[in-house]
Amino acid sequence: MSTATRRPTLAVWKFASCDGCQLTLLDCEDELLAIADAVEVAYFLEATRATVEGPYDLSLVEGSVTTPADAERIRSVRAASRRLVTIGACATAGGIQALRNFADVEEYLGIVYATPSYIETLSTSTPIAAHVPVDFELRGCPIDRGQLLEVVNAFLNGRAPEIRAHSVCVECKARGNVCVTVAHGTACLGPITHAGCGALCPSYHRGCYGCFGPSESADPRALGDELRRRGTDDVDLVRMLRTFNAAADAFRAESTRLERAPR
Amino acid sequence: MDGRTGRDEPDAGRGTPAVVVDVDGLDRMIRGLARAGYRVVGPVARDGAVVLDDVDGVADLPAGVGDEQDAGRYRLTGVAGGALFAHTVGPHSARRFLSPPRRTLWSAARDGDGFTVDGPAADDPPVALVGVRGCDLAAIAVQDRVRQRSPHPDPACASARARAFVVAVDCARPASTCFCTSTGTGPAAGPGHDLALTELTDAHGHRFVVRVGSDRGAAALAGVPWRPATAADLDAAARVVGDAAGRITRRLDPARARDVLAAAPEHPHWDDVARRCLSCANCTLVCPTCFCTAVEDVTDLAGGHASRVERWDSCFTLDHSYLHGGAVRGSTRSRYRQWLTHKLSTWWDQFGETGCVGCGRCIAWCPAGIDLVAEVAAIAGAPGESGP
Repeated sequence: MSTATRRPTLAVWKFASCDGCQLTLLDCEDELLAIADAVEVAYFLEATRATVEGPYDLSLVEGSVTTPADAERIRSVRAASRRLVTIGACATAGGIQALRNFADVEEYLGIVYATPSYIETLSTSTPIAAHVPVDFELRGCPIDRGQLLEVVNAFLNGRAPEIRAHSVCVECKARGNVCVTVAHGTACLGPITHAGCGALCPSYHRGCYGCFGPSESADPRALGDELRRRGTDDVDLVRMLRTFNAAADAFRAESTRLERAPR
Repeated sequence: MDGRTGRDEPDAGRGTPAVVVDVDGLDRMIRGLARAGYRVVGPVARDGAVVLDDVDGVADLPAGVGDEQDAGRYRLTGVAGGALFAHTVGPHSARRFLSPPRRTLWSAARDGDGFTVDGPAADDPPVALVGVRGCDLAAIAVQDRVRQRSPHPDPACASARARAFVVAVDCARPASTCFCTSTGTGPAAGPGHDLALTELTDAHGHRFVVRVGSDRGAAALAGVPWRPATAADLDAAARVVGDAAGRITRRLDPARARDVLAAAPEHPHWDDVARRCLSCANCTLVCPTCFCTAVEDVTDLAGGHASRVERWDSCFTLDHSYLHGGAVRGSTRSRYRQWLTHKLSTWWDQFGETGCVGCGRCIAWCPAGIDLVAEVAAIAGAPGESGP
C-alpha cells in the first residue's frame, strides 16, 4: 500500500470509565464496515488484542484520570496522537467518579478496602483536558452514536464536526415534544444541558438528567430558582447537578453554592 | 341538517353569506381534503397539551379539551359541551409544517474529479391546516412577508405555503397569556383563510358557522351538507367572539413597545431579565413568526456524498451570532435584548410591522416564566398590566 492511500490509524484508549462509550463505536453496526474501510483500527483493546504501534492519526480517549499512573499515561497517549478526541462524560468532565471531588477519598478507602494501603489513587477525578491539550470533546453519558460517527467523519473529511452546544430544549422543540416542565411540572435539566442525545428523556416524558453536561450558556442558578418555585428543594437540586457531570464547571459551582447556602 | 341543505359549492369571496355545517359536515370536509391529496393537520391532545398532528376526521380532534396557561405553565382542562376547539394555541404552530425544523436543501455526489448536485426531494403533499387561530393566521402572513422580502426566497417554503389549505377557527376561550386584541390579530380569524369556522355549542346544537375565504374553500364544501346561516346563527357567532375578546386582559401596545425598546438599549432591566433567562431558546422555537435557520453540511464516511441541511436556529444560541473569532452576542443579556427588540421594535424597521401576533406562546412555554408583556412594561417604567 502506498503512503498516498494509507488509511488513517485509529486508536481507542480507556481511562477510569465503564467502557460504555467505547462500546458505542462497536454499536455502529450498520457503519462498522465503512469505518473499517476508512480507518485502520490500530489500537482498540475492547475490539481486538492485536495492536499496531503508534503514532496514531486519531485517538479517541474514554475515561477520566483518577490515578497517578493514568496521569502519566495520558501524556504518552497525547504524544502518540496526531488528533486526540475525548469521548463521554468521564473524559470530558470527570464522570460520576468525580463525586469523590466533593468528599474525602481517604475516608472512602478506609470504608471500602480491607487494606487501603494497597490502593494508589488521586483525591480527584479529572477530565483529560485538565492534563493534556484536547482537540475535541464529545459529550454524553454515554456518547451518542450518531455524534461519534460525525466526529470520525469530520476528521476523515478534514472539516469541523457539526456538534452543537446549545440546550436540549432546542432538540425537544425540533422533535415537537411537549415541554415536561411547563405542561407536567416535571423538574428537567434540559434548559441548561448540552444537546446531543436528541432529547431522549423528555421524549419519554422524563426530565433531562443532564447526561451531556452544561450547555454553552448554562445558568444552573437561574434554573434552580425556577425549579424551586415549582417545588424542587435544594437537596434535590444538588442531587440533580451531581450525576455524571458533577465536576463540570457550571454544575459543580452551583451544587457547591447550594450546599454551602444556609437552608 | 335542518332547513335548506346544499351539496353544491357556496359562492366564494368576502361578503359571501356564511353557511352552517354540523360536526358530521366538518368530518366530511376533513376527509374530503385528505381525498383531494392534502396532508390534513389539526389539533390533537397528546402528552398533556394540544399539539398539531395528522388527523383523519373529527374523532381525532380534542373534544371537550381546554387549556389553562400562564407564564411558564400550561395544563389541559375539561370543558363541558364537547366543543372541538375549546383550547387555544399549544406549543406547535403552522410554522412547523410550512418551514419544518429540519430539511435537506440539496445533496451532491462525487463524480470523478467533479460532483453532481441533486436538488431537494420532490414536493411533499400539500398541507391542510385545520383549526388555525387568528394569531396564527396573522403569523403565516408575517412569515410570507419576511420571505417575500428576501432576494432569494426559498422555493420549497413558498410552494408549501402557496399550496397550503387553511381552515381557521375563531377563538372562544382565550388563555391568560393571549393578547391578540392588542395586536389586532384575534380572537376572530382575519383574512388569509380558505374557510373560517365559529364553533357553536348552544341549545340549537353543535355546529359551525363557516365563512368562505377562497374558491378553494368553496370547493372543499362541495361534498358537505350545509345550510345558509340564519341571523340567530350569526348573532351567536358574534357573541362567541365578543365574549372571547372581553376575557382577554393582557395588553401590549405594539406601537409604544417599538418606541420604548428602541430607546432602551442600555436599560438596567435587561440585567434583571438576564438573571432569569436560561438562553434555552424555547421562546423563539414556539414563536410562530421566528424564522431563523442555520445550515449544516453532512458527509458520508467515504467522502463521496454530501448534503446541505437546513434546521431551525435561534438567536439564543451562541453559534447564531458567531463571526470569526467568537460570538457577537456572548451574554444572555445581549441575546434576550436582541430577541425582544427585534420582535417588537426593529421588526418594524425591517418589515414595516411588529413581529408579534399576540399568541402568548413565548410566555407560556418559557420554563423560567418570563413574560414579554411584563418585561416591556418594566422597561417602559409602568407596572405590567397583567404581568407580575
